[in-house]
Amino acid sequence: MCVWFGAEDLRTYQEEVNMNKSVFFGALTVAGLAVGAAAAGTLDDVKARGKLNCGVTTGLIGFAAPDANGEWKGFDVAVCRAVAAAALGDPAAVEFVPTTGKTRFTALASGEIDMLARNTTWTFSRDVDLKFTFVGVNYYDGQGFMVPRELGVSSAKELDGATVCIQTGTTTELNLADFFRSNNIEYEPVPIETNAEAQQQYLAGACDVYTTDASGLAATRAAFEDPSAHIVLPEIVSKEPLGPLVRHGDDEWGDVVRWTLNALITAEELGVTSTNVGEMSASAGDNPEINRLLGTEGTLGEMLGLDAGWASAAITAGGNYGEIFERNIGESTPIGLSRGLNAQWTDGGLIYSPPFR
Amino acid sequence: MTTLTDPPLESFRLSMLFNDTRYRSFTFQAIALVLLVFAIGYLTSNLLANLRAQGLQLGFNFLSEPAGYDINQRLIDYTSQSSHARAAIVGVLNTLLVAALACLMATVFGVAAGVLRLSKNWLISKLMAFYVEIFRNIPVLIWIIIIFTIMTAVMPGPRSYLGEDPESNLLLGLFAFTNRGIYGPAPIWGAGSGVVIAVFVASIIGIFAYRRYAKHVLYSSGQMLPTGWPTLALLILPTVLAFFMMGQPIGLDLPDPLANRFNLRGGTQIGAPLIALWFALSIYTGAFIAENVRAGIQAVSKGQTEAASALGLRPNRTMNLVVLPQALRVIIPPLISQYLNITKNSSLAIVVGYADITATLGGITLNQTGRAIECVLLLMLFYLTISLSISAVMNVYNNSVALKER
Repeated sequence: MCVWFGAEDLRTYQEEVNMNKSVFFGALTVAGLAVGAAAAGTLDDVKARGKLNCGVTTGLIGFAAPDANGEWKGFDVAVCRAVAAAALGDPAAVEFVPTTGKTRFTALASGEIDMLARNTTWTFSRDVDLKFTFVGVNYYDGQGFMVPRELGVSSAKELDGATVCIQTGTTTELNLADFFRSNNIEYEPVPIETNAEAQQQYLAGACDVYTTDASGLAATRAAFEDPSAHIVLPEIVSKEPLGPLVRHGDDEWGDVVRWTLNALITAEELGVTSTNVGEMSASAGDNPEINRLLGTEGTLGEMLGLDAGWASAAITAGGNYGEIFERNIGESTPIGLSRGLNAQWTDGGLIYSPPFR
Repeated sequence: MTTLTDPPLESFRLSMLFNDTRYRSFTFQAIALVLLVFAIGYLTSNLLANLRAQGLQLGFNFLSEPAGYDINQRLIDYTSQSSHARAAIVGVLNTLLVAALACLMATVFGVAAGVLRLSKNWLISKLMAFYVEIFRNIPVLIWIIIIFTIMTAVMPGPRSYLGEDPESNLLLGLFAFTNRGIYGPAPIWGAGSGVVIAVFVASIIGIFAYRRYAKHVLYSSGQMLPTGWPTLALLILPTVLAFFMMGQPIGLDLPDPLANRFNLRGGTQIGAPLIALWFALSIYTGAFIAENVRAGIQAVSKGQTEAASALGLRPNRTMNLVVLPQALRVIIPPLISQYLNITKNSSLAIVVGYADITATLGGITLNQTGRAIECVLLLMLFYLTISLSISAVMNVYNNSVALKER
C-alpha cells in the first residue's frame, strides 16, 4: 500500500511540475512573439500577413459601420481600404477591428491593430504622452449639442441645469466640463459607454442634451425615426481635428499612411477621380505632379517601399477625398454634412496636402 | 518476543531529495516555487522592456493632475478641477454605497424568499421557486439593463413635473418619481436641531438598554416584558417632543418644479442609475441568498423543531429562537461570498452611467491619461482590499455564531 501511495504522490507532483513548465514556456513564447512584433517594421508585418488590421468604431453610420451585407462602409473605413490598396494592392485585404473609446489606444499601442481610423481627435497629450503619431487630419470637426426641438432651446448657453448624455472615453467630456465652467452654468453629466446606448437614453428622455462631435450628432440624428424633431445647437465648443494615427517610432509605416491620405487629398485637388484614375495612370500625361502621384514619372512609390502604382491603387479603391466624403457623409447622404471646413484649400476650406515631389 | 530497536541513523544524502518520500514533496514544491518566481519575474521584466521600447514609463504622478471631467453623483465635494485621485475616491465611495445598499437589500430579499420557499402554502413556495430560478439563471448585466430600460421607458421625464401647471403633481407634495431618479425632500438643519438629533440617538440607546433589561428579567424571573410597543414609543415620542419643544428647528427643502426648465431643483435626488443598479444587484443576488437560507434551514434537524413545539413554543418563536440561530452557522459562509459577488458585480455600473470606481478611475481617468497599467493595478488593489475586508468582518461575525466547542 505504502509503495502505491508513494507512486501516486510522485505522479501528482510530476503533473504539477509539468503543468508549471508548460505554463512557463507558453508565457515565454507569447512574450517572445510580442517582442518580435514590436521590433520589425509594421509595413513588413502587414505585407507578410497579407492583411491590414485597421481599428474603427463599433458602429457610427457614415464613418464606420457594417452594411446590410456585413461589409464595413464609411468615411474612416475608406481610409483603411486606401491604405490596404496602397500597401498590399488589394482594398479588400483589411481586417476591421471594432474598438470603443476606451479600447482604441490600448489596441493600437499593443500592436493588435496597425492603424486607427476611428474619428480620433488629435491632441497634444495623445501625440506626446501616449506616444502616437497622427498622420494628418481627414475631418475637421467640433463638439456640438443636440436637443429635442420641443424644448425651445436655441443656444447652448441656455442649458443651465440640463442633464447631458456623453459618450465616455472621448475628449468630449473634458470640453463639456470646460464649456459649462467657463459659462458659469450647471449641468448633470450622464456618461454612456457607446453611441447606441447614449442614443437610446437621449430618446427616452433620460437626458435633455446629447453631445459629441458635430459630425457624430448628424450621423446619430440621421438614424432617428424623426430627425426633424431634434436640432443641433449653433455653438461648436471645441476644435476636433480627426485623423488616422499609428504608433510612435515606426516612421516608415507612418509615412505610408500619411502619404496615402495625402494622395487622396491631392487627387481631388488635381481632378483625379476613381473613374479617370485608370486612364491617367496608364501613361504619363501633361501634369508632372499627377504623373509623380500616379507613378508614371519619378520613384515616389519606391521611396515609400511600395509599388509605383500605390497611389493609383489607393484612389481606385474608393475614389479621391471628395468622392469618399460625398459618398459616405456628404449632402446627398442621410447624414448630410456640408464640406464647410473640410473643403479643399482652393475652395476656402482647410483640406491641404503637401506637394508630391 | 520482539525487541524494539531504534532504526540506524542515516546521514542525509542528496539523492534522498528524490528517493525518500519524506523529502520528495518538499523538493518538488521548491522546484515549482522557483519556476513560478522565474515566470513572474520574466513576465514583469518583459513588460518593463516593452514599455521602455515604446518610450513609456510607469508612474502615478497623473493622479495629482486635475481630472477635467464632472461626475454626476458625488458623496464628497468634487469639481472638474479636482485631481484624478479625488475622482477615484468619489468612485470608491459610490462603489461602497451601492455595494452596502445592495448587500442589505439582497439579504432582506434572500431571507424572505428562502423562508417563504419552505412555506406550506403551495402558491407562495412555487412563486418563490420561480423568483429564484428566473433571477439566478439570467446574467446580472442583463438584469441591470432590463431594469434601467424599464425605468427610463415607463417613468415620466422630469419635465412633466415642471412649470406652473404640470402634467403630474408631486406625491404628497414631497416626492417626484422620474426616469432620472427619485426626488424627495431634504432636511434643513436650523438652530437647535442638534438637540433633536441627540435626543433621537439617546432614544435608540434607550431601546437597546430596555431590550437588554427585558431579556435580563426574562432569564432571571421568567416574566416576559412587552418589547414591541415600548420600542416604537421610545423611538418616536422623545424625538417628536424635542422637535416641538425646540420650536421645530428642522425644516424641509422640497424639490422645486419652478426653479429650472430641465430638472427639479432642491431636495435630495437618488439617481436612476443608482436605483437600477441597486435593485438589479439585490434582486439577483437575493435569489442566491434565498437558496443559502433554504439550505441552512433544512440543515437543522427536524427534531429541533419538534422539540421546540413539544416545549410549547409557537411557530414563529421556534423559527427565531431555535431554527435560525442554528441555520446561521450554515448560511453565513456562503453569504460572505455573495457579499463579495455584489461588490465585484457593482463594477458593471458603467452600463447605466453610474460613476463607480471602474467608471471613474478605470474608465474616464484611464482614458484621458492613457495610464492603463497603473489604473488597472489600482483597481485590482482596491477590489482586493475591499473583498478581503468584507471577508474579515464576516468571518468575525461567523465566529460569533459558530458552534462553541468547549
